[in-house]
Amino acid sequence: MRYFFAFLIKNHFFFLFLLLEILSFSFIIKHNRYQGSKIINATNQITGSVFTGANNVSDYFKLSAINRELSEEIAKLKTASFNKKNADNSMAPQPDTNYKFLCAKVVNNSTNRHSNYLMLDKGSNHGIEADMGVVSNKGIVGIVIGVSGNYCTVMSVIHKNAKISAKIKKNLQLVNLIWNESSYKKGTLTDIPTHIDLKKGDTIITSGFSFIFPEGIMIGTFENYKTEKGESLNSAVLNFSTDFNNLNYVYVIQNINKEEQIKLTKNSQHE
Amino acid sequence: MNNIITKNILRFIVLILLQVLVLNNIKFDGYLNPYFYILFILLLPLETPKWLLLISAFLLGLGVDIFMKSIGINIAASVLVAFIRPGLIKYLSSGKDIEPNMQAGIRDFGFRWFFSYSLVMIFVHNFVFYFLDIFSFSEFFITFYKVLLGTVFTLFLIIITQYLFINKKNK
Repeated sequence: MRYFFAFLIKNHFFFLFLLLEILSFSFIIKHNRYQGSKIINATNQITGSVFTGANNVSDYFKLSAINRELSEEIAKLKTASFNKKNADNSMAPQPDTNYKFLCAKVVNNSTNRHSNYLMLDKGSNHGIEADMGVVSNKGIVGIVIGVSGNYCTVMSVIHKNAKISAKIKKNLQLVNLIWNESSYKKGTLTDIPTHIDLKKGDTIITSGFSFIFPEGIMIGTFENYKTEKGESLNSAVLNFSTDFNNLNYVYVIQNINKEEQIKLTKNSQHE
Repeated sequence: MNNIITKNILRFIVLILLQVLVLNNIKFDGYLNPYFYILFILLLPLETPKWLLLISAFLLGLGVDIFMKSIGINIAASVLVAFIRPGLIKYLSSGKDIEPNMQAGIRDFGFRWFFSYSLVMIFVHNFVFYFLDIFSFSEFFITFYKVLLGTVFTLFLIIITQYLFINKKNK
């Protein structure tokens, strides 16, 4: 036993190295598998306040861009409300109103890695929970995975584990959206039935089947096919409508009937 | 001695904040990003005990990781770099005398020594970082290309800061 300890102490540099590397790999694996690891949630509050502090400074340089975006958004809403007034008498079914939008500010954002996250300045104190969808005025952004009191962490759509249920607007065909491109501007559509003929510029929207995003949130436009030989379903490249590199204010979507929907799905699966 | 410890702790904090608040917002071509915080390990005093070298690299990686939400990746890269450091210094300085109060920098060792020293360290760091980030070898050459660009970019910044510090000390 004594020799063993002597051996350990003599080679302490190597063994300590081994121990620390094993520790870091266990962190990586745990974090990879389980979204929103405990360490990230525990440190959300600290990192959040540091990022907010830095944001207070950098915000001044973005003010004009934010103003322009806001006025564009107001114009769009005005058009929508005007059109709605005119259409109120029609027999058309009303769109569902189960969704509530909460405005939040992006305090940190990454686009240059394979696992990209955002941090928002709203948390459980403001009613935010895990698995809520996040959108910007231009389109889809991500899904909340971790919440602390005043901050939440969002898994970006440009994350290697992200998978979003989407559909093609013109013929309502269901497809899936993943991200394995090297650019934050482009995503990948998979599971496109081969008889569907897509043209450049065709719009892709959310399907509304995931309980996270309501139907019809803009995702992006079709760019080109990239099908490999021998596959029964096509895949394609799409251009995101959201500029992930330039996000300031986003909306967190609260699905009021989500629990009921999930319960119903579970119940019907049991039978 | 106390002075050196304070200086290194200060450098530790400043480099982490610089990395997560400033440098992580630099995105040339969408993904190219300098991982400059590694400078802390490069500049640690040569007589740092080996265990302290590993522990401080671990804490450095952890500090950057909790801000980047990438728990483990920066730790693994920094600890490996700290592990190769003593051997690398020994190999590069064979034939040279290392005096007790020399610092790992251009001023004491010269440009060529520091260049090869940083090149190896930064390359290893970037290599581990990018491959752990994607966690597969499936697109080896694309990832390797990123590693090379990241290495050149970081090396460039580190050499520049070396010259800034030399000028300061001469005045």
